[in-house]
Amino acid sequence: MTSMTIAKGVNNGLRAAMERDPKVVLMGEDIGKLGGVFRVTDGLQKDFGEDRVIDTPLAEAGIVGTAIGMALRGYRPVVEIQFDGFIYPAFDHIVSQVAKMRARSLGKVRLPMVIRIPVGGGIGAVEHHSESNEAYFAHTAGLKVVCCSNAEDAYWMIQQAIESDDPVLFYEPKRRYWDKSEVDVSAAPRELLKAQVVREGADATLVAYGPMVKTCLQAAEAAAGEGKDLEVIDLRSLSPLDLDTVASSVEKTGRTVVVHEASTFLGMGAEIAAALQQRCFYHLEAPVLRVGGYNLPYPPSKLEEEFLPDLDRVLDAVDRSLAF
Amino acid sequence: MSDNAVAGVSTGPAEDDVLAELTAPVPEVGDGGPEMVQLLTPEGQRVENTEYDHYLDGLTDEDLRGFYRDLVLIRRVDAEATALQRQGELGIWASLLGQEAAQVGSGRALRPQDYAFPTYREHGVAWCRGVNPLNLLGLFRGVNHGGWDPNEKNFHLYTIVIGAQTLHATGYAMGVQRDGAVGTGDPDRDTAVIAYFGDGASAQGDVNEAFVYAAVNNAPVVFFCQNNQWAISEPNERQTRIPLYQRARGFGFPGVRVDGNDVLAVYAVATQALNAARSGQGPTFIEAYTYRMGAHTTSDDPTKYRVSAEVEVWKHRDPIERLKSCLVHQAKADQGFFDAVDGEADELAAQVREGCLTMPDPTGDSMFDHVYVEPHPVVEAERREFAEYHAGFATEGGH
Repeated sequence: MTSMTIAKGVNNGLRAAMERDPKVVLMGEDIGKLGGVFRVTDGLQKDFGEDRVIDTPLAEAGIVGTAIGMALRGYRPVVEIQFDGFIYPAFDHIVSQVAKMRARSLGKVRLPMVIRIPVGGGIGAVEHHSESNEAYFAHTAGLKVVCCSNAEDAYWMIQQAIESDDPVLFYEPKRRYWDKSEVDVSAAPRELLKAQVVREGADATLVAYGPMVKTCLQAAEAAAGEGKDLEVIDLRSLSPLDLDTVASSVEKTGRTVVVHEASTFLGMGAEIAAALQQRCFYHLEAPVLRVGGYNLPYPPSKLEEEFLPDLDRVLDAVDRSLAF
Repeated sequence: MSDNAVAGVSTGPAEDDVLAELTAPVPEVGDGGPEMVQLLTPEGQRVENTEYDHYLDGLTDEDLRGFYRDLVLIRRVDAEATALQRQGELGIWASLLGQEAAQVGSGRALRPQDYAFPTYREHGVAWCRGVNPLNLLGLFRGVNHGGWDPNEKNFHLYTIVIGAQTLHATGYAMGVQRDGAVGTGDPDRDTAVIAYFGDGASAQGDVNEAFVYAAVNNAPVVFFCQNNQWAISEPNERQTRIPLYQRARGFGFPGVRVDGNDVLAVYAVATQALNAARSGQGPTFIEAYTYRMGAHTTSDDPTKYRVSAEVEVWKHRDPIERLKSCLVHQAKADQGFFDAVDGEADELAAQVREGCLTMPDPTGDSMFDHVYVEPHPVVEAERREFAEYHAGFATEGGH
């Protein structure tokens, strides 16, 4: 076991993938000498050269558009989008090309590419640097969307995403980049598309991913002090969703709160709530509740603590669920 | 008056419109200017050009007749597809009428290992790459989104989002560089990529980003713009203030305008640019100056935005007549050859028609195929629901 940050977990995972497969190339803004604005690619250009760690012009449609071409030529590009809010210039290529190319070609073409996106708020940034846009992409058939919440997953999931023959959007919780945890680099990794029960409990289920997993674990810890036994699920994969894991938990607890930073309206929580009422109707003791960002443009950073879900808002929802 | 209107769409202009058109001054129709490379005049006379003539040195009389055959066959296929649309057999068709030389000249300059990224109008390039014309029809008939394996003929699927393929081509070319398939001197290994687009696409951010990426990477890509003067209803002056080929200089690579209706000039200019790409000299921008003789697609009605006098001017620049005159002048083909090509064209058209009419519709459950490489729970669940739903009708019918 080694202790490392999430950023280092991704870095080590990228390194392992590049050592294993010479077709893996990294593309993005400032990812070379600088190692990326979050230093996630630190040292990789030095070790793998400028042909495999490519500093791109500052144009996101261009990054993803050329990565598509590289994939068509047989490479496995891993694209870094510098911040979540800068993905939109590339939206057309992701939705119209990356997602659809395989179906369009009747299975003749594969686009094994990964698009890495630091996601979410809580870092006191200016506008466009704190967004949670995963639902746009989870809504798009042809893409896979995953999100890591700890260093071990960061290390393994990035490698699994790169090995996937389908395109993957890989979200990294930017405010947790420097959180350390233990990584077992010799153990067999968990399946990429499976959710994980990260804390077992009997009274209610908290469903989260990315940065909110830590928040939910803290909430469960606090609730335990009040005699409430909360289960916490880290979804890990947002598309496809591992509803089996979520449903078994809900069938046990009967109560669910879905937590994410993204706005609740048509967010991941909406899909999960709809799916659970179909699958677990007779097991539900209370409506599925959602805690998320308000349905607003992301506010100035002085207000983000009030905008984002926190431990108290999660516990408030748990209380409402238990009181139902 | 509106002889460029496609039969069946326009109900014909009102009387006032007819009079207005009759009395309207003949519009100024650009001829490409003195910078444009032309090796055959519209009358089919060879024009000497010390810079480009030698690119034709390797062409035999057989090759020249082959160009003529390509031009005639693809125009015939195009006419058949337009007819099939009018008869309700295709949902839509994007005609290449008038642009045959631009496509055949560049398409024939490609080597097998080169890779082409088309728009949705590159039927002539598809022909040169060996894609069965029938395969092009699936998309327009609504049977599929593209019915060929791009890697079989190194001809990518048609891209409908305007300009997007220029970035894909550039990225592909960056892959070619990393494969060490540039500048080796081996004619069977060195590889160029060609990206097709139009004058309308020149305004797209993607195209301009592709220029930047290609330039800073010195990527082996040729940007081949068919300036057919019209982006649906918008003329060149709504897209650009300078001749398009001049834009390349600002991005740091050469730009050249070629007579897009002169198959020999296009072949020469494309060969030069592709050679440069293969040998490691980076990108070139080619503006093939041509004209969209028909509608944008079969859904369009150009009589609403352009005058027939302009079309008349361009009829005199027809790419097929020009090459035919040249072949006759130079006694490189006789009437027997021309008749044989016409006969072959009719046969090909009949095959395309037959193939279109007998093209099987896709089965309903096939839409669940190929969305992902790896099994996907949502797709599989919905595939089952779809099957059960339809099986339900069979059961009801059985009672």
